[in-house]
Amino acid sequence: MFDFLDSGQYDLLGAFWVTAKLALYSAIGSLIWGTALVSMRVSPVPLMRSFGTAYVNLVRNTPLTVVLVGCLLGLNQTLGITLGGGRSEDIGFRLAVLGLVAYTGTFVCEALRSGINTVPAGQAEAARALGMSFTQVLTVVVLPQAFRAAVTPLANVLIALTKNTTVAAAIGAVDAAFLMKTMIENETDALFAVFAVFAFGFIVLTLPTGLILGWAAKRLAVKR
Amino acid sequence: MKLRTTSAAAAAAVVLALTATACGTGSDSGSNGDKINVGIKFDQPGLGLKTPDGKYAGFDVDVARYVAKELGFAEDKINFKQAPSAERENLIKNGDVKFVVASYSINDKRKKEVDFAGPYFLAHQDLLVRADDSSITKVEDLNAKKLCSVTGSTSAQNVKDKLAPKADLQQLGGYSECLTGLENKAVDALTTDDSILAGYASQKDHAGKFKLAGLRMSDEKYGIGVKKGDDELRGKINKALEKMVSDGTWEKLVKQHFGPSGYKYEPAPKVEN
Repeated sequence: MFDFLDSGQYDLLGAFWVTAKLALYSAIGSLIWGTALVSMRVSPVPLMRSFGTAYVNLVRNTPLTVVLVGCLLGLNQTLGITLGGGRSEDIGFRLAVLGLVAYTGTFVCEALRSGINTVPAGQAEAARALGMSFTQVLTVVVLPQAFRAAVTPLANVLIALTKNTTVAAAIGAVDAAFLMKTMIENETDALFAVFAVFAFGFIVLTLPTGLILGWAAKRLAVKR
Repeated sequence: MKLRTTSAAAAAAVVLALTATACGTGSDSGSNGDKINVGIKFDQPGLGLKTPDGKYAGFDVDVARYVAKELGFAEDKINFKQAPSAERENLIKNGDVKFVVASYSINDKRKKEVDFAGPYFLAHQDLLVRADDSSITKVEDLNAKKLCSVTGSTSAQNVKDKLAPKADLQQLGGYSECLTGLENKAVDALTTDDSILAGYASQKDHAGKFKLAGLRMSDEKYGIGVKKGDDELRGKINKALEKMVSDGTWEKLVKQHFGPSGYKYEPAPKVEN
């Protein structure tokens, strides 16, 4: 039933490696973009606050497929943006990272905002009373505690992100979902086996993520 | 092989998955009462397309109607079901449909799973290019070009493994995305069976914008899939197909569905018994 794995025709590990890279780059990017977004959402400047709110509500309510296909059709095919990629596989990969960062950043932002809410307002007020600027209050007092409180929701976002990378196959990134489509085309007699292999692969990727970050959340939580 | 351990682990996973879902296979024969279930594509213009008003149009659809009529089912007794490429074998094996007419190329791997009546059409893998582009005249030209096809499709694998391994092949979710890229010059050609390409080129929105390059890069014999071992049904369908060619219906249908694109189709293939 699983003969197709031993045929040497498919590079299963290579495909999952692309998926892992896609998830890793997007995770780093969306952590940065999410932090920037949450800074805007809690900033004293009304224009930044409204941009942050509008962006988050617009993008997180748009289906991911629409975001990614929009990147391909709009940015690449119509405007000719390649993000420095040469072959179409590279371009697909880079566009997918861009789309995933734009999308996942909104969820990171909201997870961090819930973390910020765990920091007593008195601390920010005390910091202001000591003469610290908004940036100092945010980077020295509020955000370090917010991150530590938000590890569990951030782990959720990371797991969702790992699974969301499968959508990238629709715009030509050569990841696990891409290989799965190829295998379904060739191995119609072993459809369920193909599905099981890929489900198993994703569990291997996401289960340790959840366990490690769950352990980290307990260690890092601010004791109050 | 080093992947042996992977397959052992995967086997354990599938056992779990199967026991949990207890995948039921219906014992339905594919025709409930006086109706017959037929599998077609819902998303291929020219071959099998579900139109916005809920009707079905295309060459495959008309072939299915003709065959069903010969089997004794009038047009209102046909129940069309969607048969996406990956699910065709299972639909037939589970008895969800009586037969499948869905740009179904006959090959040895599929013959192990289902039986084929026909073929009723001979298609080739070809290229769709912009109407003003004449830079592709032979297969070797492709190595310097940007191609587009559907993720994992047989045509895409042909290009990568055999025809033009050096070509920059973009694989996307559907042919429509490829067409946008072709129109905007992000890719140079769209590749798959010429019958499918002709269907897209004949669409009203695309009339005059694209043309077929006319390279015959592979032979795809379209057959009608039936349950393995159902020789009675297969024989009846083969007779119906022979009649369809001899009474001129085949020619009429091909002209009607593929004519507008200027597609030079092959004459009707001989039915193989």
